[in-house]
Amino acid sequence: MIEWKDKREFWITGVRLADPETGKIRTGSVLVQKGVIADIVRQKSVDTDLPVCDAGMYICAPGFVDIHTHLREPGYEEKETIKTGTAAAAAGGYTSVLCMANTDPVIDEPSVIEYIKRKAVEAGMCRVYVAAALTKGLGGEVINEYHFLKEAGAVALSDDGMYVTNSQVMRSAMEYALFHRLPVISHCEDNFLVKGSQMNEGYSSTRFGLKGAPAVSEEIAVNRDIRLASLTGARLHVAHVSTAGSVEMIKAAKRKGVPVTAEVTPHHLTLEDSLLENYDRNLKVNPPLRGRRDIDALRAGLRDGTIDCIATDHAPHHEIDKQVEFDKAPPGMIGLETAFAQLHTELVVKGKFELIDLVRLMTIRPAGVIGLPGGRLKKGVPADLVLIDPNEEWVLERSMIRSKSKNTPLAGKRFTGRIQGVFFEGKWRSAIFSEKRGRESSEPARRHV
Amino acid sequence: MQLNRKDLLGLEELTPEEITLILDTGDSFKEILERPIKKVPALRGKTIANIFYEPSTRTRLSFELAEKRLSADTIGFSQAMSSVSKGETLRDTVENIQAMKVDIVVMRHGSSGAHRFLAEFLDASIVNAGDGQHEHPTQALLDMMTLRQRWGTFEGKKVTIIGDIMHSRVARSNIWGLTKLGAEVTVCGSPTMMPPEVGKLGEGGVNVEFDLRRAISEADAINVLRIQLERQESMLFPSSQEYFEVFGVTNRVLEHAPEHCIVMHPGPINRGVEIAQDVADGDRAVILEQVTNGVAVRMAVLFLVAGGTFEESSLQ
Repeated sequence: MIEWKDKREFWITGVRLADPETGKIRTGSVLVQKGVIADIVRQKSVDTDLPVCDAGMYICAPGFVDIHTHLREPGYEEKETIKTGTAAAAAGGYTSVLCMANTDPVIDEPSVIEYIKRKAVEAGMCRVYVAAALTKGLGGEVINEYHFLKEAGAVALSDDGMYVTNSQVMRSAMEYALFHRLPVISHCEDNFLVKGSQMNEGYSSTRFGLKGAPAVSEEIAVNRDIRLASLTGARLHVAHVSTAGSVEMIKAAKRKGVPVTAEVTPHHLTLEDSLLENYDRNLKVNPPLRGRRDIDALRAGLRDGTIDCIATDHAPHHEIDKQVEFDKAPPGMIGLETAFAQLHTELVVKGKFELIDLVRLMTIRPAGVIGLPGGRLKKGVPADLVLIDPNEEWVLERSMIRSKSKNTPLAGKRFTGRIQGVFFEGKWRSAIFSEKRGRESSEPARRHV
Repeated sequence: MQLNRKDLLGLEELTPEEITLILDTGDSFKEILERPIKKVPALRGKTIANIFYEPSTRTRLSFELAEKRLSADTIGFSQAMSSVSKGETLRDTVENIQAMKVDIVVMRHGSSGAHRFLAEFLDASIVNAGDGQHEHPTQALLDMMTLRQRWGTFEGKKVTIIGDIMHSRVARSNIWGLTKLGAEVTVCGSPTMMPPEVGKLGEGGVNVEFDLRRAISEADAINVLRIQLERQESMLFPSSQEYFEVFGVTNRVLEHAPEHCIVMHPGPINRGVEIAQDVADGDRAVILEQVTNGVAVRMAVLFLVAGGTFEESSLQ
């Protein structure tokens, strides 16, 4: 057989094609030419002289799109770099990520965007889109030069990590963002109610003696931003929704035609606040893990379309920063490499969601929220594809993690369903370390089924 | 009998039998403290580090005395005098102390869960002398020892804890310990200092009562918590005068309690804020008895986590 790897033209054959647009999973083959999907056929095998990547019975879907990633570069290269962050993304099945603006310097100048774009191309692991800061230095006081930022490549605006406390500033930001046709991603938390908080407020915070942030601290903020979106007509996207009350408000707003969308993280969908009993700093996130009732509401919201998509909020932190007392640890966990496996294990295998629904929520839906081109499986689009073995059982080990930071509470956890790798513009990026050689295996092995 | 644990992190994780074992052992040590020579060789050759990241007089002295009575070698530091003030992390500090071959670390720390964090990588035994707003197990144990000496049992007894429940590690440890041994606990305080769903804490839950007079009407004992005056700044109560008026334990308030009801306080006392002068010094108060029992019960805890075996006769 002719080697297909590193070829400009080859077939991927015998896969089960998961098409988010039609909602169907069908057997077929894909022709890749010069980094683009040149043809899709229904046949399991093709009669061709071209090299063939026989990916027998793996699921082949458009590469995932993450619209909430912290790549940390520039400024926090000890936590993550664009190189390691995009490698983690590829290992998790992502071919596009949207990076957040809380770098140092903050992404509030065109030159920072240009720097990130250049580094991403050098790394060559996945597409990097940039969210620029809403306000100067994330300070919440002065709106940025959206025109210049958009010209440099910004596709969205967000002060993620910070809530814009001043409602007048948020109003101006929304009006001005609308004029530039940029969506506004809001991190919704009332700054005063969450001050000093370590986790969700409830029985568990009482039990662990940790200061809690009540669900309403998010809901007050979501409510204000929905009202402002309604007033201004701006495209509001609510980041990492975590409470039942927020889901309810977003649902009502959508029904009234307010231009609002929302995302939820894998951790808010699967982990609850009572898990903090061992004070695991890797479970400390913002907004905090909530209770069972919230998790159920988030899942229902995802099912009925109130919540548009899944986003990781991949937030790397160095071990030194997390090897401290709980209240001194920064919030955040990494998520790119485990998002699919965790959700597949908890939602698909347990019968809560269909596999194709999960694929949609990680591809076409997030792409649609920001207006990105990815997430489609059709002729003529870039060959950004993911290969998934939905049956592989595996255990996450720290040594497998590509992200420069290892702050995940999921190390040691057993998953069902594993990303084998991605094609990024037709170039294979394996997700699996070859155990023997201690580096990536060169190609997707044929599965005998 | 032996306590099969290396650490004492809190009372939530202890079984009723384990708590009873500590209290029984504490009673025996108390006897020793009545003798002319108050020292036993139980922990001879063991080294104990007392690490206090928060100011403490009573607890620290009580632990040190307990250690000396057991013939242990002790070292210690408080935050201000150490390299902690030079920015060293908790992990580094404690690992260094362990490298000096310490057997037991007694620690007070302002962060809830700090001891659980240390237990992840320390071989030495850890005894919690208070972690943030989480637990203060030896305080609750000495409170329980004081009560049990009067009552003999906790079954059917009623204890009311009054004050800033939200920020109190003493309250949490007492709730777990008392309810596990069958007492009925009521908590009382300002709604601004009452943590959410506090009624579910403890074995079988606790009663929540905001009216002070009703809260103590059937109490066999009340435990008055110290009000930290800095809470006033976080708007949890408007002034100490008003707090005293509404939640202060005075002789007039105590008229609503049964005659046999005793008054405890973990100290240090804010006279005229959470408790009236004449109550603190009055006949119902057992505050100094608590302090005496503190040494005995800490001896018991240290002895047991070090692997000591308790038998009625072994300490004679």
